[in-house]
Amino acid sequence: MEKERGALRLVALDAAAARSGLRVGMALAEARALLPQLLTLEAHPAADADLLRSCAEACEMFTPLVALRGPDGLVLDVTGCVHLFGGEEAMLQRARRRMAAFGLTACAALAGTPDAAWAFARYRRNRVAAPGEDETLARDLPLQALDADSETTLALSRAGFRSLADLAERPSRLLAARFGSGLVERLYRVLGWEDIRLTPLRPLPDIVAEKHFPEPLGHVESLLGVLERLARDVAGPLERRGTGGRAFEASFFRSDGAVRRITMETGAPLRDPATIVRLVKLRIEALADPLDPGFGFDALRLGVLRSEAFAPRQKELDGRDAQADQDRALAALIDRLVARFGRENVRRFIARDTHDPVLAGGTISSLSTHPGASWPEPETGQPPARPLTLFTHPQPIEVLAEVPDSPPLRFRWRRMLHEVTRAEGPERIAPEWWREASPAPATRDYYRIEDQAGHRFWIFREGLYEDRNTQPRWFLHGLFP
Amino acid sequence: MPAAHPTLERAAIHEFYAGRTADAAPLSGCMLALGQILSGDRPSLWVRQEAFDWEAGRPHAPGLCEFGLDPARFTILHVKDAIAALQAGLEGARCAGLGAVLLELWGEAPAYDLTASRRLALAARASGVPVLISRIAAKARPSAAETRWELRALPSRALAAQAPGFPAFELALLRARNGREGLHYALEWNRDDRQFLPRTTSDIAPAGPVLPPLPGAVVSVSFDRPRAPEPDFPRREAG
Repeated sequence: MEKERGALRLVALDAAAARSGLRVGMALAEARALLPQLLTLEAHPAADADLLRSCAEACEMFTPLVALRGPDGLVLDVTGCVHLFGGEEAMLQRARRRMAAFGLTACAALAGTPDAAWAFARYRRNRVAAPGEDETLARDLPLQALDADSETTLALSRAGFRSLADLAERPSRLLAARFGSGLVERLYRVLGWEDIRLTPLRPLPDIVAEKHFPEPLGHVESLLGVLERLARDVAGPLERRGTGGRAFEASFFRSDGAVRRITMETGAPLRDPATIVRLVKLRIEALADPLDPGFGFDALRLGVLRSEAFAPRQKELDGRDAQADQDRALAALIDRLVARFGRENVRRFIARDTHDPVLAGGTISSLSTHPGASWPEPETGQPPARPLTLFTHPQPIEVLAEVPDSPPLRFRWRRMLHEVTRAEGPERIAPEWWREASPAPATRDYYRIEDQAGHRFWIFREGLYEDRNTQPRWFLHGLFP
Repeated sequence: MPAAHPTLERAAIHEFYAGRTADAAPLSGCMLALGQILSGDRPSLWVRQEAFDWEAGRPHAPGLCEFGLDPARFTILHVKDAIAALQAGLEGARCAGLGAVLLELWGEAPAYDLTASRRLALAARASGVPVLISRIAAKARPSAAETRWELRALPSRALAAQAPGFPAFELALLRARNGREGLHYALEWNRDDRQFLPRTTSDIAPAGPVLPPLPGAVVSVSFDRPRAPEPDFPRREAG
């Protein structure tokens, strides 16, 4: 494998190449001289990063706390998860097997701090450090285990240091003065004197329930059955906290390492297991690429990504809660529609305080809680002044009989000729220059017109008639009922 | 003597056809108005096939206000095809909390067949939610609908200075379960009372060409002519 940096250099090797005496960083010409039958491939850092990310996702079946470390490392915080996998040794084996499913040979280690584990994975392969054993093991590590830049490592080795034990014996003040406090911190972390918290790849769910299967499971119906049990498991804590979930995520861990996540949002807090499962099922049915079981799923996890206070309502004796029932029924309907058709397709109108027709008629997702302005009250005794439907992009029309400062007598829209029989206007709508980027669009003169067939249109002329230099252009912007 | 405006049964399907694609906005308007009468101030689900948005623009909230409807009552669902629209409509028809389900299907929509419409009709009957289906660019097909109407936009009664007046529609009953086919209504929508008002044929003035606002120019309105679908009005050459 190779990479360009002035000259072509090797950036990674497989085991056979390493045995033949090649080293990372060697120029390609040199490597070819040593090993004429060398096969090389162009390095592909973006693809490597993608692979690492999918490995990280596959590792989320061990713990939700997974972080990337450097270009080729993963750090998992397995505190409290170990017993689920039959001990540390067994868990390490299982993680290595999982990586083997990707065709990778992983160097893994388990230790008290992330930095120590990383160093052991590099220099004490596949080692599980027992509690309290970190420091003694780390003392023997070479200087490279600090993961410092090459100049620092070189400077340290020139100064006569061989292992971390040598460094640990020096006063930290001196090291910090020469190499910066970063090196000292790293040393302390590798030695297990200091711990840090991982920043996980994805935000932690509020509540998680999961189930690992002894055998891969491929049948969707049985998976949904498991999911219902998980939903009952999360409903318990939700109820004790007096909350309900607003966003859920079901993760399906396939045995070959692929992870399929299904997220869904609800309009109101929810904790009823049957409803949760029904929404997941709708979501699965609506997927463009169906849930492919392959050789089956290893594990299933249901997480509550976001929760909100949710107080169960007591039924009124006189049935006055019809309104609340209706609201609940509507919220449940919107949840089902969102699960089936996607969040952005289920919309409601939102009033905005603007006179720009396009902005004023906006819609937002029904799940959004944006309050919005209030709707203007129409004037009584007048016909509608605004069209029922509006084109996002005004449609150009060809005006055949134009009268200065009046609506056209005849125009062509979509190849149809319309004779204007009634008209009202103009209503001048100037652009909101404080919103628009410069240059501000032209002022528009809107007319309500009706043609001989009784169709009513909202058209406008762009620009002012006084402006003699430009030919005014006409557009159709909306349709009246 | 038929009623002054159509009375639709709740808990059933009603279909509205428009022959001309240009009638898309009046079709939506008429369906919304009837939905308003049926549902009062309860929430409605408005399922709109994307073709409507391309052909006739997207629903415009200020326009709904001006039409006398409360935009906050509507949940709009934009769907790609008739199958998705029907699935959503069925979900809505089963939800007893809704005031009405409004479905807009563009084109022939083979998915909307007798089975699909019967399924919708059963759901509507069980929940009591009326389902109004508007169809455009489509031939009428057998369905489980209670009534089927054909709609045309009517020229409005002009206001002062030849301004376009209140929205006016012509509804013809093509088919009804109770056998009262052939009813014919000319209606005007009054947004202040949220009511349809009947229009007598004499109201429907033949449209004349609009004149530039010159002092003294008056277009005569004749009251004695019968309603003509395509009135042969005099043409004015421009310029």
